[in-house]
Amino acid sequence: MKFKVRGIDTFASTGGRPFDKNKPLIIFVHGSGLSHMVWVLQTRYFAFRGYSVLAVDLPGHGLSSGESLKTIEEMGNWVGDVIGAVGCKEASLVGHSQGCLVTMECVAQHPEKIKTLTLMGGASAIPMNPELLRLAEESNPKAVDLMMDFAHGPAGHFGGHPVPGLYHLNVGSMIVQNKEIKDTLGVDFRACDNYKNGPEIAKKLDLPTLSILGAQDRMCRLKDGKILADYIKGSEVKIIEDCGHMMLLEEADQTLEILKKFIAEHYPLAS
Amino acid sequence: MDPKTYKFDTLSLHAGYQPSKNAGSRQVPIYQTTSYMFDDVDHAAALFNLERGGHIYSRMSNPTVQVLEERVCALEGGTAALATASGMSAIFLTIMTLCNAGDHMVVSSQLYGGTVNLFRLTLPKFGIKTTFVKPRDTEGFKKAIQPNTKGIFGELVGNPGNELMNMPEVSNIAKEAGIPLIIDSTYQTPYLCRPFEHGADLVVHSLTKWMSGNGSSMAGILVEGGTFDWMQNDKFPSMTEPYEGYHGLSFAEEFGPTAFTMMARAEGMRDMGPCLAPQNAWNILHGLETLSLRMEKHCSNALKMVEYLSNHESVAWVSHASAPGHPDKELAEKILPKGTGSMIAFGIKGGKEAGAAFINNVKLASHLANVGDARTLVIHPASATHSQMDEATLKFAGLSHDMIRLSVGLEDFEDIVNDFEDGFKAAKKPRLVANK
Ligand SMILES: Cc1ncc(COP(=O)(O)O)c(C=O)c1O
Repeated sequence: MKFKVRGIDTFASTGGRPFDKNKPLIIFVHGSGLSHMVWVLQTRYFAFRGYSVLAVDLPGHGLSSGESLKTIEEMGNWVGDVIGAVGCKEASLVGHSQGCLVTMECVAQHPEKIKTLTLMGGASAIPMNPELLRLAEESNPKAVDLMMDFAHGPAGHFGGHPVPGLYHLNVGSMIVQNKEIKDTLGVDFRACDNYKNGPEIAKKLDLPTLSILGAQDRMCRLKDGKILADYIKGSEVKIIEDCGHMMLLEEADQTLEILKKFIAEHYPLAS
Repeated sequence: MDPKTYKFDTLSLHAGYQPSKNAGSRQVPIYQTTSYMFDDVDHAAALFNLERGGHIYSRMSNPTVQVLEERVCALEGGTAALATASGMSAIFLTIMTLCNAGDHMVVSSQLYGGTVNLFRLTLPKFGIKTTFVKPRDTEGFKKAIQPNTKGIFGELVGNPGNELMNMPEVSNIAKEAGIPLIIDSTYQTPYLCRPFEHGADLVVHSLTKWMSGNGSSMAGILVEGGTFDWMQNDKFPSMTEPYEGYHGLSFAEEFGPTAFTMMARAEGMRDMGPCLAPQNAWNILHGLETLSLRMEKHCSNALKMVEYLSNHESVAWVSHASAPGHPDKELAEKILPKGTGSMIAFGIKGGKEAGAAFINNVKLASHLANVGDARTLVIHPASATHSQMDEATLKFAGLSHDMIRLSVGLEDFEDIVNDFEDGFKAAKKPRLVANK
């Protein structure tokens, strides 16, 4: 669905159902350089089970216009604006990787709007390897290859995509490469590297929160994900074995099952 | 700092398969089943509605076939793949996914004969028309594009004339027109050429040939590069507009770099059904394990063969992109640095009768209609596949009465030469042979 946020054309996948502002809203926020397409194995399920779903493309990403936002704070604020832009008052948020920092910021800036928070492959800070950051800012495709290498666990490197016929590493790579690398991945990596508020904000969160972590995550290590979860009062933690950073694709079924239970308990459909 | 993702030979042995999820079985199991148990009704509904990944029914997907799809996809550097019962069905599904009645394709004229028939005779029955362009006529591809053209299709090295299509330039023409370039890469395999690196958007293979090498099984595959933007224009409404068959799903919006394959499976495979049998998928996988080793030997034997034939007194001409004086030699060196494949065409002195005598007197080389077997194969088109054609029609198809088509195998080179010497000896006395 196309709509305007701050006057700029914005795209969000509605999971294959027409958007209905009267249904409980779940917003999915992608990671660095990516787009709504990483969420297809979670969004359609909720969209066909009574929720309204928006897997947004951040400005300048995927099918959204505009320029990439330069800081995590701005991105968090923007996600808050999305809720009003589609005529809703509140939402649950699901973030992946950089999207975890963004959704935490959103909660910090718009606490009244956010009902639950799910963090996948998160950490309280995502400092970038300087060489990877430089390559991304130079639009060097090697940055994407390195990112795909780090993002997938040992099992994901062999393949075994849940959707028959798809090949993990190249799908992720093409989502990033179909945009100018420096304008999306480069800007995002820099924003992650600069962001230092994570621990502070995490300690103040006061809403049902779930962390889904990959045991073999090399992008945001398991121990860093656990530290983040420890900062958050009462955060639930689920660890997926044999899985890297891209749990939403690598272990899409397990990820969906965990998310289903959490949403059903903390953000149920009105009976 | 370099990525530690697996490289070509490793992928040909491992991609798409995890033993830990298959009872520890080191070799890929053959899932000889038609259907798959659902956990409950919610799970069934979610699978049918593409909400989650998994198998439903082996027409749509099968775990053994899935390994083959991922493996070829990994080797080609693609995002997604769909395996089919034969190379022809891969081409057919590709065109049926791309085109509607009233659409048009621009197609290289030097193709496998079956593909020519498909475009020339069968697709028009569905309202899809084709303009053929000679592979070397790069400008011709541009001129042939009409407002309703939905793609350019070609083989990189045309059969049997061994003329090269200038893939990088033709891909620029396709890009300018906002249509995809589809390459039938059967003769190259990803070992010799990865068309996505030269601007192709979709690749098809007959896996029946070099990819398996064992000559045991029919199979084909469609591979998507993930490069083509279906939303850049309004030429592809079935990809971009809500699709009724899946509750108004827009494949391009939802699946982006894998949209075409998702559509080809969800619509084409679902409704037309040329699915690959798991046993055949396994046979192809078995061959793929040694793709690099085989292609290396195919190419080195082919180079020796070109030299042997070029210096042979009974041979009038030799066509192979590596041959001295081949007009596409420079382009071949650029796009096919590891070798130009193992298909050779040569002219035998003495014309049609000599050709027939040669074929009748070789013993090691197999006389049959296939190509890309591990064994050396020969055929004399003028007296077999194209025997009804007159001189002019033969010429249009890039054939001549004296042409022998050769698919060089992996045998010891000396053994192939000894066999050919017997053939040439007999061909020198065509009348005697004919009178026998
Ligand atoms: C280049 C090429 N493409 C496609 C095909 C058709 O493949 P299949 O025979 O597997 O249907 C062939 C078969 O000879 C071929 O040589």
